[in-house]
Amino acid sequence: MKTKLAILTLVGVTGIVLAAPQTFDFKDPKGINNAGFTLDAPLEAINGNASGVSGTVTFDPSNPGATAGKIIVAAGSLMVPNPMQRTHMLSDKWLDATKYPEISFESKEFKNIQTAGDTTTADVTGTFTLKGVSKDLTVPVKLTYLKDKLGDRLPNQKGDLLVIRASFSIKRGDFNINPGQYEDKVADTIELNLSIAGASPK
Amino acid sequence: MKMILRMIAAMLVAGAVIFWVAAGANRGWTKTQIPIKTVDAVTGLEGIQWQAKFVPGVDFLGAALLAAGVLAGISIFIPLKSKQPKTENNK
Repeated sequence: MKTKLAILTLVGVTGIVLAAPQTFDFKDPKGINNAGFTLDAPLEAINGNASGVSGTVTFDPSNPGATAGKIIVAAGSLMVPNPMQRTHMLSDKWLDATKYPEISFESKEFKNIQTAGDTTTADVTGTFTLKGVSKDLTVPVKLTYLKDKLGDRLPNQKGDLLVIRASFSIKRGDFNINPGQYEDKVADTIELNLSIAGASPK
Repeated sequence: MKMILRMIAAMLVAGAVIFWVAAGANRGWTKTQIPIKTVDAVTGLEGIQWQAKFVPGVDFLGAALLAAGVLAGISIFIPLKSKQPKTENNK
């Protein structure tokens, strides 16, 4: 009887552990994680990206709808090919990266969740903060859970990976970035692309 | 002096155009960093590494043409040949 109870307890505890949400850290030692951006402009579109990605996401493979977390992008890591454009972009006239060093998205709710194999798609509502202005946005995301793949990416480490991809657009005017100004030179709409992977070591 | 300035202006235009074409005839702005795409084999994510490289754009061409125009403009106000001062023997 005691043995049966012990086995049942072990099975129960194992089940709880396996089903427990995992925390994924999005600070990427390989430097692949990035947030890309595109703005239309008369001579050529301004294409750039930011590599200073950090933050954590809690993900439960058995319940993707319970996913929650916050992704932060360091404003100072934004890069464009033209040095003068970059200086202007980070200056107090545009992003004011010194005063507002972080751009972030914090999730509140997952809706329209669809899971097929290791991939989950959903519409995430959360708070997007840029230049000190916070607004609620709903963003389509794709989550890919890669079980036991951390070791393939980072030798000598065991654990899982969570890949997040998201594409959405914002209006710079909504975030107090020269609202209604210079729209003949730089479009109001900014296209954003998030391509990040987080690690959950075991 | 007049001819030298005009030759420098012509060489500046020719040099800038040749350099611009050789560097890929970039019709956008001048770039000092170019994005190099890398794909992570495990996650399939596409990362960007920035590489320092000078790629002249239309602003570079414009600046070279402006500089050449200024030199050519200055040359207009320079007399063709300076007059030789008359010596006693020429009288």
